[in-house]
Amino acid sequence: MRHIAQSLVGLIITLLVVSFVIFLVMEAVPGDPAEIILGMSAAPDTLAALRSQLGLDQPFLVRYSNWLIGLLQGDLGDSYTYSTSVSQLIGERLEVTLPLTGLAALLSVLISVPLGVLAAARPNGLVDMFASLFSQIGIAVPNFWVGLLLILGVALTFGWFPAGGFPGWDAGFWSALNALILPSIALAIPQAAVLTRVTRAAVIEVTNEDFVRTARAKGATPSHALWRHIVPNAMIPIVTMLGMQISVLIAGAVLVENVFTLPGMGTLAYQALAQRDLIVIQNVVLFFAAIVMGINFLVDALYTVLDPRLRVRR
Amino acid sequence: MMLEIKDLKVGFQNEVGPATDVVHGISFSLGKGETLGIVGESGSGKSVLSLATIGLLPKTAKATGEILFNGEDILTMSERELCKLRGSRIGMIFQEPMTALNPAMKVGSQIAEALRLHSNISRADANAEALRLLEMVKIPDAKRKMHSYPHEMSGGQRQRVGIAIALSLKPDLLIADEPTTALDVTVQAEILDILDDLVTELGIALILISHDLGVIARIADRTLVMYRGNEMEQGETERVLRQPSHDYTRKLLSALPRRARAGLDVMAPTTLGDSV
Repeated sequence: MRHIAQSLVGLIITLLVVSFVIFLVMEAVPGDPAEIILGMSAAPDTLAALRSQLGLDQPFLVRYSNWLIGLLQGDLGDSYTYSTSVSQLIGERLEVTLPLTGLAALLSVLISVPLGVLAAARPNGLVDMFASLFSQIGIAVPNFWVGLLLILGVALTFGWFPAGGFPGWDAGFWSALNALILPSIALAIPQAAVLTRVTRAAVIEVTNEDFVRTARAKGATPSHALWRHIVPNAMIPIVTMLGMQISVLIAGAVLVENVFTLPGMGTLAYQALAQRDLIVIQNVVLFFAAIVMGINFLVDALYTVLDPRLRVRR
Repeated sequence: MMLEIKDLKVGFQNEVGPATDVVHGISFSLGKGETLGIVGESGSGKSVLSLATIGLLPKTAKATGEILFNGEDILTMSERELCKLRGSRIGMIFQEPMTALNPAMKVGSQIAEALRLHSNISRADANAEALRLLEMVKIPDAKRKMHSYPHEMSGGQRQRVGIAIALSLKPDLLIADEPTTALDVTVQAEILDILDDLVTELGIALILISHDLGVIARIADRTLVMYRGNEMEQGETERVLRQPSHDYTRKLLSALPRRARAGLDVMAPTTLGDSV
């Protein structure tokens, strides 16, 4: 428990540092929000009035602390280009991005763990050859290209899934989920390729451990030893990799959402960047950072469940 | 005879070139309740011999000859038959107690698993039997230790858990591959005593592998001396140690500290281990 409390404190401190760095970078980026809102031809006194209304004329640290206080209250300010509050904007977009990345993470685990384990069970066997081919291709191919192939090869040819767009969850659970299937496959395949490799290597390494021989000497069949002794001990590197992959997954979502024209956080970040909607960018980036750190915190907590040796003795 | 090994040869395949032979035609036999000591330096093929006997040679190994266990040849058995045999009829204790137990599994469950693999007993019954076994190998506070993980135990305690696992189904044959090598000298003596007592009590045949003549002298009825995969000599332990017929055995004996060697002449072999 102490270990978890410690990493929770670490998480909060890191988030503070990250938020400060983001704010600092946004400060350095050229572009005046008031000018962006009113346009280049706005009168100087109108600009000054809007600046003071937005609080832009206050010192750096005051604006930074105002942002933090706003964050704690759930008030992220209003978007310069969308006429809604940033928190509402992010909330709406999360309804797409969270299920999308969640589904992709789930798919990549469901593909890679069984494939990696079975490949490791018989090195150089048929499954192993297929797994190594799959991971070679999956690592080499970028996710947006997989997305394009899926649109061409599956959506447009068979018509089972929409080629793009998102009807919203109000349109019914299944039709909304249906729109997320192909994008999540596109996101999952490169991830699954990396995870397959990691799983295979981890399982092969544990297979040579002494305790596996002990289990076999007890009379355990090869498959019993594999699933009961080897795989649980191989989970640490797999979960570590999965945690690191989540950030790659979120970065990948930016591209894949654009390919499938999904109204998610990725498209939001992309459009906000194109339109210099600094306040949206600032909050979206912090949000991504918070998700990645939250996942890492969970992975850290999971270690102690997976490996009893890591539990701190009281 | 319960175990009869006839002209066992083991070779390991290389990626290129001919196989590397590590055991060149070993033969011995072992009856119920007997203890055979196998002694030899590192690389003499002792461990390969023991792995062959329990059918756990790596896939790259090729064994010829016969390993007759109660009349059936282990070398020709299917994996299914071997899985039934391992643990229930032949138990094995390994050299490294620090790594021989699953680090992510409670020791109680690791003992109970051995029982549940071979019989249909309930989890509760298996746990009760595991507790009894932990007490049998003299683990202090056994009830609490049931829920310990291996890293929470000392090397000696882990090796006792290893013995409890190997003996859980009262096998006919127990193979102990350097069971005391990784342990402190004081703990060595305790482990050997436990092994010796249990083997006598349960009437189990024991193959004790060691590079340490003191250990062998302590509990083995008969001794097989191996060098580079060959049998140097074989016979009653007392005879082999007092009147070695082979030069290599004499060399092994002369490698012992002088006090231990002196002990060989005046003391009964069973007390030798204490002076080593």
